[in-house]
Amino acid sequence: MGWGAIALFFLGAFLGIFVMAGAPSGPMMLHGGLITVFCLLAVMWIGDRHFDFLKRGPTQRAPDGVQYNDAVVRWGVIASTFWGVVGFVVGLVIAVQLAYPGLLTGIAELNFGRLRPVHTSAVIFAFGGNILIATSFYVVQRTCKARLAGDIAPWFVFWGFQLFIVLAATGYVFGITQSKEYAEPEWYIDLWLTVVWVVYLLVFLGTLWRRREPHIYVANWFYLAFIVTIAMLHIVNNLAVPVSFTGDKSYILMSGVQDAMTQWWYGHNAVGFFLTAGFLGLMYYFIPKRAERPVYSYRLSIIHFWALIFLYIWAGPHHLHFTALPDWAQTLGATFSIMLWMPSWGGMINGLMTLAGAWDRLRTDPVIRMLVVSVAFYGMSTFEGPLMSIKAVNGLSHYTDWTIGHVHSGALGWVGFVSFGALYCLTPWVWRRQRLYSLALVEWHFWVATLGIVLYITSMWVSGILQGLMWRAYDELGFLEYSFVETVEAMHPFSVIRALGGALFVVVSLIMAYNQYKNAKGEIRASEPLDATAGRAPQGELVAAPA
Amino acid sequence: MSWFSHATLERNSLILTIGILLVVSIGGIVQIAPLFFLNSTIEEVEGMRPYSPLELAGRNIYIREGCYSCHSQMIRSLRDEVERYGHYSLAAESMYDHPFQWGSKRTGPDLARLGGKYSDDWHVLHMADPRAVVPESIMPNYPFLATTPLNYGGFADHLKANRMVGVPYTDEMVEAAESDIKAQVEPFGDDYDALLARYPKAQIRDFDGNPDMISELDALIAYMQMLGTLVDFSAYQAEGENLR
Repeated sequence: MGWGAIALFFLGAFLGIFVMAGAPSGPMMLHGGLITVFCLLAVMWIGDRHFDFLKRGPTQRAPDGVQYNDAVVRWGVIASTFWGVVGFVVGLVIAVQLAYPGLLTGIAELNFGRLRPVHTSAVIFAFGGNILIATSFYVVQRTCKARLAGDIAPWFVFWGFQLFIVLAATGYVFGITQSKEYAEPEWYIDLWLTVVWVVYLLVFLGTLWRRREPHIYVANWFYLAFIVTIAMLHIVNNLAVPVSFTGDKSYILMSGVQDAMTQWWYGHNAVGFFLTAGFLGLMYYFIPKRAERPVYSYRLSIIHFWALIFLYIWAGPHHLHFTALPDWAQTLGATFSIMLWMPSWGGMINGLMTLAGAWDRLRTDPVIRMLVVSVAFYGMSTFEGPLMSIKAVNGLSHYTDWTIGHVHSGALGWVGFVSFGALYCLTPWVWRRQRLYSLALVEWHFWVATLGIVLYITSMWVSGILQGLMWRAYDELGFLEYSFVETVEAMHPFSVIRALGGALFVVVSLIMAYNQYKNAKGEIRASEPLDATAGRAPQGELVAAPA
Repeated sequence: MSWFSHATLERNSLILTIGILLVVSIGGIVQIAPLFFLNSTIEEVEGMRPYSPLELAGRNIYIREGCYSCHSQMIRSLRDEVERYGHYSLAAESMYDHPFQWGSKRTGPDLARLGGKYSDDWHVLHMADPRAVVPESIMPNYPFLATTPLNYGGFADHLKANRMVGVPYTDEMVEAAESDIKAQVEPFGDDYDALLARYPKAQIRDFDGNPDMISELDALIAYMQMLGTLVDFSAYQAEGENLR
């Protein structure tokens, strides 16, 4: 295993050097260099690890006899927090640019168009992706009572994913993009992600195969659906022909209306499977675990799971209402989007009602409150989404800030809060601490973040609906009342409020990072003695309920 | 339902994986596959032609700078949009767009029919500093485009890659790719007629007002000035034959 991996990484290093030598542009040379450095570091690390193992012998086992791989989860927690800060800061920068366009303008690398994909990729893939990888690695081990499959493989998944992020983000800044939203990385970065993703699937499945429980726990169904479907979407949507094998530029296989449909089939299911199914895996593990209550309804989880993954994949065309996409496809997209309301709310009920009999914990444990409020935001966003997919509503909302507000109520409220909650659970667990450094700081995190979300989404509702109405306003003579730029001017106050909301999210990400850092070091805040029961380490493990 | 129990799926990770794959495949197949066969999505409309090399280079700059983040190129079939921007967009108008640039957000206006709306001079000023010509604009400045020479060495490879994904570039077009880029910014050049024969309605002039260099701004303005100009909507009939 080790020798084969070393040989493969050497091959990778040579490929990187080959790319550097033939690169037509500076950024491509940088990418060749990054790949070379990554592969050489991997070779050194594998070698070092081999000799280290000879010196120290096998590591200790957990009380239940399983030797869990928590080291890679610890790195996942660090990476999630780090990329969260990066993603929120870049988001704040571009929000400020929209409010005050004179700032940071005229420098190619810092213009809105190049930083916007850095923000979206950093929060969705870097922050969200690391959370999903870290929690799935933790959850699949615990619910299967088995060590993560593979020795080098989980580390390859983790570090390979970080390389993907760095290649993608530096690419955008230096102008390497294929312009497909949430799929901007060029062909060679896409190929790299495909390799990483296949290994991820194998590690996950391999761990399931080792399980000592007869049933696969529900959280793992969601993780599995997320991994499998993202692979399918990623490959089909990124089919392209490169101009040359040492150049960054490629041309996408499909064009026009077919490409548009494929893109939003991908785009909406990046939401459906990356930001929903994957994070529902978190919901189904961390809420019952933290509340110490079983999942509310086993039957509801089955219906939730299959209905959600079947219906979501149809919803893409609601991004293309009134366009050149055939009408039947638009109607189909809207219909399935409205049907999606049902499994979404079924899942929300399943998550919320898990707290039945433990509602008092909402007062005493801010981490539980974060997790529960995330599910409430999930319910709100999945109500708003179907509403916006109705053609009459979409005619007004599309192309406006309303869409941006909708995305952020899901991203900040649902994905953000469920991730923060999971990180506050995981940090003490994987560093083997009795509890968090400070629960008071979690309280601050919760309230400041909530205020940030409220500022963000309310300002975007107002600005979106206002702009939509202004675009279609007619004067008494039957002429369009406003020029386009008048509608831009009207957005200004709301852009300022939105940036303020974003700034609060930067603040909470720093509060969280500080709390986790202290927690990992094993410190306890002086004014919060250890006897607090909330947030104690988990007792026993969740197992699947028999059918 | 005695023959089926959900426990079968819960106990077999491979059956579960295959079940997931089947369930998530259906929607995409039903919605995407027909688009390669239906008349409304594959019909050809008179006037549509592949991008000239300079226009294609400009389009690549449009993509590189992330213009699609804020500008759509898709006029919806709604009264106010048609009055503001022009005839609603046809599927055929983006048939050579790999990838499509329909966009999803209008922080700035739609650009599907931008061609000919403003002068080249206006674009030169606007790209350098949008607020110099539109004080309320929130668009970033792009002063570096005018000073950066267009990198078009080996541009024939770009046409070849496009041909592989279905754009009907001929051998002649591929061969002349680099010289066509030079020809499109030389209004008194020898290749004027040959370029027009290859790319009807191509606009041939020194777009950025700087005859000493073919800049990235030349390419971008050439692209912006041709957007939406290929189909003649005074002759287009939505219900009629528009095959070329």
